[in-house]
Amino acid sequence: MHINPKIFDKDVEQAPIRKGFGDGLLKAAEIDGRIVGLCADLTDSTHMNTFKQKFPERFVEMGVAEQNLVSVASGMAAMGKIPFVSSYAVFSPGRNWEQIRTTVCYNNVPVKIAGSHAGVSVGPDGGSHQALEDIAITRVLPRMAVISPCDAIEARKATIAAAKTDSPTYIRLAREKTPIITVDASPFEIGKAYTLFRADHSGQKVKADEGHRSVAIIATGSLVYRAMLAGKKLIHEGYEVEVINLHTIKPIDEKAIVAAARKYKAIVTVEEHQIIGGMGSAVAEVLARNYPVPIEFVGVQDMFGQSGTPDELIVHYGMDEKSIYNAARRVMLRR
Amino acid sequence: MALTQEKISFLKDKAALIRASIIESLIEAKSGHTAGPLDMSDIFTYMYFHALKHDPKKSLWPYRDRLVLSNGHIAPVLYATLAHAGYFPISTLAHLRKFGSPLQGHPHREWLKCLETSSGPLGSGLSQTVGMAIADRIDNGRSSGKQFYCLMSDGELDAGNSWEGAMLAGKEKLQNLTAIIDRNNIQIDGFTEDIMPLNPLAEKWRSWNWHVQEIDGHNFEDIDRAIGEAHAVFDRPSVIIAYTIPSKGIPAFERKFEWHGKPPMTDDEIRVAREALGIR
Repeated sequence: MHINPKIFDKDVEQAPIRKGFGDGLLKAAEIDGRIVGLCADLTDSTHMNTFKQKFPERFVEMGVAEQNLVSVASGMAAMGKIPFVSSYAVFSPGRNWEQIRTTVCYNNVPVKIAGSHAGVSVGPDGGSHQALEDIAITRVLPRMAVISPCDAIEARKATIAAAKTDSPTYIRLAREKTPIITVDASPFEIGKAYTLFRADHSGQKVKADEGHRSVAIIATGSLVYRAMLAGKKLIHEGYEVEVINLHTIKPIDEKAIVAAARKYKAIVTVEEHQIIGGMGSAVAEVLARNYPVPIEFVGVQDMFGQSGTPDELIVHYGMDEKSIYNAARRVMLRR
Repeated sequence: MALTQEKISFLKDKAALIRASIIESLIEAKSGHTAGPLDMSDIFTYMYFHALKHDPKKSLWPYRDRLVLSNGHIAPVLYATLAHAGYFPISTLAHLRKFGSPLQGHPHREWLKCLETSSGPLGSGLSQTVGMAIADRIDNGRSSGKQFYCLMSDGELDAGNSWEGAMLAGKEKLQNLTAIIDRNNIQIDGFTEDIMPLNPLAEKWRSWNWHVQEIDGHNFEDIDRAIGEAHAVFDRPSVIIAYTIPSKGIPAFERKFEWHGKPPMTDDEIRVAREALGIR
């Protein structure tokens, strides 16, 4: 499995996921001249600035006008461009949801929406700027692909991959630095979940009455690292655990989710998003149809965020490694 | 291309046929909008039979001018004009708003492939046209032969998205862009100046650095002069505020906002409409 060998070191390298978007956009634009960039007055913050510097003639500054941002992008796509639009997720896909629905998805044009500053880890800006509903409102749209990369490397790969598809695509980005989990050689394919690690208990025999000592943790985006920490602790305590990175929420990898449910019989989902309508809901939809097992949902429990440090907020809203660990213990008892 | 008296009388005849087709398709559909399609018939006729560089037999010809209808609810005039221009058989108009029909209640580019975009929700058509014009300028510079037209309503100027598009077009000095506003002074709930006053409308556009003209939207010479002037302006986008009479062509329905969103339904209404438009 391709993960950063230093992932559990104290001094693990960290980078903001949004930076990976900037790197990926630059790379994609060097390869494909059809790519254009549009930004709503947040060019540095969303890391579109490197693209703007290299390709000024392919960049449009929109001002604080997110409805215009996507509808202009739709028009450019109609002329054969592949527009990337960036803003904070609260505003895009938040404020401009109807324009995304009608002019991008209903119209079926390949506009790529990068929403930065998703999750409570935005921190001191407070609840108004912490997008916690963006996965729900994008994944409900027909034709829309929804990707939530777990680190800056994966965000780079996701951006390059998104540039190559004909689909409207939402890429969810986080503001804060988070550990680099993957490596350049890690697999990335839109729609394909992958295992970050699983407990190797091959030498041990699991007794029949210990059948409930297994769980799969399915995580996405900025909380994948914390899910790995929780998984590591559970493995250390002898549980059979697999940690899965579900970077694409739509199209969802039904096969991987059902296989995990069959093998581990209990699931924890982990996302920095409302538990209503988010990635966990998407997983539950898959399992309700195919292979129902107990699920615990780690995420924001139907409330808004507030100011604080990212760590304070992640703990307060029950999304830290301890909360994930506890959710895993709970779900195993429910079997 | 010069607009001769002969051409004007050709356009008048075409517009009359298009109005008749609109009403017949609405009667058949039993729902849809009457006032806007009728009042924009002259402008649509002018655009498709005189102004546009296009090829009905090759609708996706890449060098065509682009015409975006922003207020999608006046689809009946778009459909009737496209049919009379030869994009699809006139008999298709009988399927307006019917299940499985390419003529969806509001235009959709996948159901009807010759459309530039899908519209209905108001206020975003101008922005899309702005995007098209910018994309063309990136590829072909300021001397591209293509013109970009957005046909929009006055009522939809209540929507902030319209003004976001207007600001950007002014900033980008999109000389290849012309917006035509159907200034019929009505919207669903009443007269525009009662619902949400737009006046002084011309000054609003001027202040966003647009070239502004105000014309009689039923006078072909006026329309022709305005489009010619719009093409000649090279340092900014153009808007043509076309004053029109809602439900133009059926005197009994004219100027009444009640006809914004319904078709002739009763036997009496159908008879009045057909008589006025000379439909036997």
